[in-house]
Amino acid sequence: MKKTIRGKAAKLSRRTFIVGSAAASGGLALGFNLPGFGSAVAQTASEGTEVNAWVLVKPDDACVIRVARSEMGQGTITGLVQLVAEELECDWKKVKAEQVTPGQNLARKRVWGEMSTGGSRGIRTSEDYVRRGGAAARILLLQAAAEEWKVPVGELTVAEGVVTHTPSGRSSSYGKLAAAAAKLEAPDPKAIKLKDPKDWKVAGKPMKRIDTADKLDGSKIYGVDIKLPGMLCAAIKDCPVFGGKVASYDEAKIAGRPGVRKVVKVKDTAVAVVADTWWRAKTALDALPIVWDEGPNASVSSASIAEQLKEGLGASVSNGDRQNGDALKAIETAAKKVEAVYSTPFLAHATMEPMNATVRLSADKAEVWVPTQNAEASLAALSEGSGVPLAKCEAYRTDLGGGFGRRGGTQDYVHQAVEIAKELPGIPIKLIWTREEDQAHDFFRPISQCRLAAGLDASGNLTGLHARVSGQSINATLNPAGIVNGKDRRQLQGLWAEPGDAQLGYTVPNLLIEYVMRNTHVPVGPWRGVNTNQNAVYMECFMDEVARAAGKDPLDFRRALMGGHPKHLAVLNAAAEKGDWGKPLPAGVHRGIAQFMGYGSYSAAVAEVSVSDRGQLRVHRMVLALDCGHAVNPDQIAAQVEGSVAYGLTAMLYGECRVRDGRMVDLNFDTYPIMRLAEMPKVETVIVPSGDFWGGVGEPTISVVTPAVLNAIHAATGKPVRQLPLKNVRLV
Amino acid sequence: MAKLNINGTVRDVEVEPDTPLLWVIREQVGLTGTKYGCGIAQCGACSVHINDEVQRSCSIRVGDVQASDRIITIEGLSADASHPVQKAWAAIDVPQCGYCQSGQIMAAAALLKRMPKPTDKDIDEAMTNICRCGTYQRIRAAVHMAANGTSRT
Repeated sequence: MKKTIRGKAAKLSRRTFIVGSAAASGGLALGFNLPGFGSAVAQTASEGTEVNAWVLVKPDDACVIRVARSEMGQGTITGLVQLVAEELECDWKKVKAEQVTPGQNLARKRVWGEMSTGGSRGIRTSEDYVRRGGAAARILLLQAAAEEWKVPVGELTVAEGVVTHTPSGRSSSYGKLAAAAAKLEAPDPKAIKLKDPKDWKVAGKPMKRIDTADKLDGSKIYGVDIKLPGMLCAAIKDCPVFGGKVASYDEAKIAGRPGVRKVVKVKDTAVAVVADTWWRAKTALDALPIVWDEGPNASVSSASIAEQLKEGLGASVSNGDRQNGDALKAIETAAKKVEAVYSTPFLAHATMEPMNATVRLSADKAEVWVPTQNAEASLAALSEGSGVPLAKCEAYRTDLGGGFGRRGGTQDYVHQAVEIAKELPGIPIKLIWTREEDQAHDFFRPISQCRLAAGLDASGNLTGLHARVSGQSINATLNPAGIVNGKDRRQLQGLWAEPGDAQLGYTVPNLLIEYVMRNTHVPVGPWRGVNTNQNAVYMECFMDEVARAAGKDPLDFRRALMGGHPKHLAVLNAAAEKGDWGKPLPAGVHRGIAQFMGYGSYSAAVAEVSVSDRGQLRVHRMVLALDCGHAVNPDQIAAQVEGSVAYGLTAMLYGECRVRDGRMVDLNFDTYPIMRLAEMPKVETVIVPSGDFWGGVGEPTISVVTPAVLNAIHAATGKPVRQLPLKNVRLV
Repeated sequence: MAKLNINGTVRDVEVEPDTPLLWVIREQVGLTGTKYGCGIAQCGACSVHINDEVQRSCSIRVGDVQASDRIITIEGLSADASHPVQKAWAAIDVPQCGYCQSGQIMAAAALLKRMPKPTDKDIDEAMTNICRCGTYQRIRAAVHMAANGTSRT
């Protein structure tokens, strides 16, 4: 764990900190002094006394708690604030949150740690130092009271932000003590003893979110809502074929259109129109004739990609594997052999708020306002694109209208907005993508196929298992350094051996799991729950096929392989119990079960479905069990699980981005449908808090949704489903 | 030039008549609670009330709106987030990212105006806006709560 409360940074912070004050030393100036920027989560640094980097106390005893991670709906602000507040012992009713900027973080030697928000890491990889931050502030506030009253600090008690010295009957509040506390030497964070989670009063409880109010009346400002003085708006079209570029465009054709200010060629591949309003920019761009040089990929199609992946299933070289025993031989000599090939398509993130960024480049400063999962990457993109040194750049983060992995490291939209803003120095440029551009230029969930084979002995015991995934690599697109000696471990997420945060929960005497890299020209990236989502479909649906071939109950068959994986097993059992596995069902209703691990947490699901005579699927009920170790906010965990069901079912039912003539075909919600309320099953969340580790919450349960439902469909129809999405499959 | 009655205030806006009402509300009028999601009336993030009925403002030309049409946006639903739907949304912690919720709340408010005690089937049919965070289960519970004035159980 990174040490974050460092002596030097703590000294820097030991002073009253006034917002927006130029005092805050160059580069530290806190942003977001925007008119109308009302928010439950302060975006301007608040007035008050900074006790340490994490806690600022106002004269009215309100405690402002700083948050470095991005909020995209997953509740990380509330959860992180709960953890700090728990140690701080402040009054929860007077807690506010404030997000730090990457410029501040940089200037203060990353006192707030990592800002990147993805991989379900928001809480699990920062819980230790944020709790120490809260505890350190409490220690300073108590020490201030002890010194003022000249009593031993050990005689003080504190509750809800009020410090009491019972022997003398004195008490004081954090608001009164903060100024003195801020002048004291910060304690050594390593020496701080954190509370036993069993004693938590705020953390671990289903507190209401602290960032809901402005989502109810339209006042929350998302990236698309930014307004700055003199701002112009831009719409953009990137070459629809990945790898192509702009050949020419006829600017004269849109001359004289209302509001249009400029046409900008962006990095050889895109054209943007800048106008006084976004609608005028967008319609002018639609009217602009553009000739594309589509490059070498213009004949690629879904069919050609499927052939490429299929070839990988039989290729002689693999790009990553794990094995024990001799799976191929065990399967070949088995009493019974089971084989299947599964496939999953490219998927778009389809955040409700399309990609956008607002950039202003002044003589000696570069600024971006952006919904981002990685504000430091936004800052870096701004600096890199503008040529302005990092110390003179700042990124102001808005809440995200959905993230799901799309708004992480790539920052392509920031790079584009910078290129446009360079042509119009001093003028703020708000670039908003259309939905069509968003669907055309995503970093898609990787496409893959998986061939599986299993061997059973005469008693129906699994003796050998072989899985080979052939598909695209995220690392090849975004992080080539992650591919070591030709091996790309990431694509086998969820199938790893222990230790790891995405381990396969089965012990098989002879096991071979392989990844064969087959990259296409379509850019791919993280997508809420990759690659556990695809790998769980392959492994867990096949497990049901094998159990069936063995003549065994799918739950019993799994349990027999899970003796060495007690946490996986406990969660599977919890789902089975709450999901009434084995109990009678109404006529026509069938159950399916699945378990998987990812993002440091264990998940399992039981689905109840019916399939009509005409093949109409109805998912009635889903019970999901999750062991994420410590459960910081059970109600928000339930919210994430409910959302994960919707995200998973949407992918299962409809999700597919087709490729034709080198470009994406499905450009809006008419052909890329998203599940709606009427299709939402009743979701029950079972939290199995084993309490001895910190696991993720936002992503892990998605992986079990689709296999549980597909296994229930298999139970209903007697036929396995091996291709997604279901919209292309006749169930009966 | 168009004359629009938005949230009880009549305003003149200078805009091409084929501009979608959504973008006039957002850009000329400056009310940004109404959101762009798809532009083809699929997602409902742009939902507003026109004469008490919920409409997808991305697909209505401003030139087709009359000065007599009463347009209500999320900002005009109540003065202080006190509409029963807003209160139920808060009580149940419906929003995640929140981006679609203006539209969801406007759709729910219109449903309850038309049908004060909707059944689950009524809610299925009326609440067709897309939520990518998947808050549907809580939306359903909150619509019932707003209809019944009951607290969450």
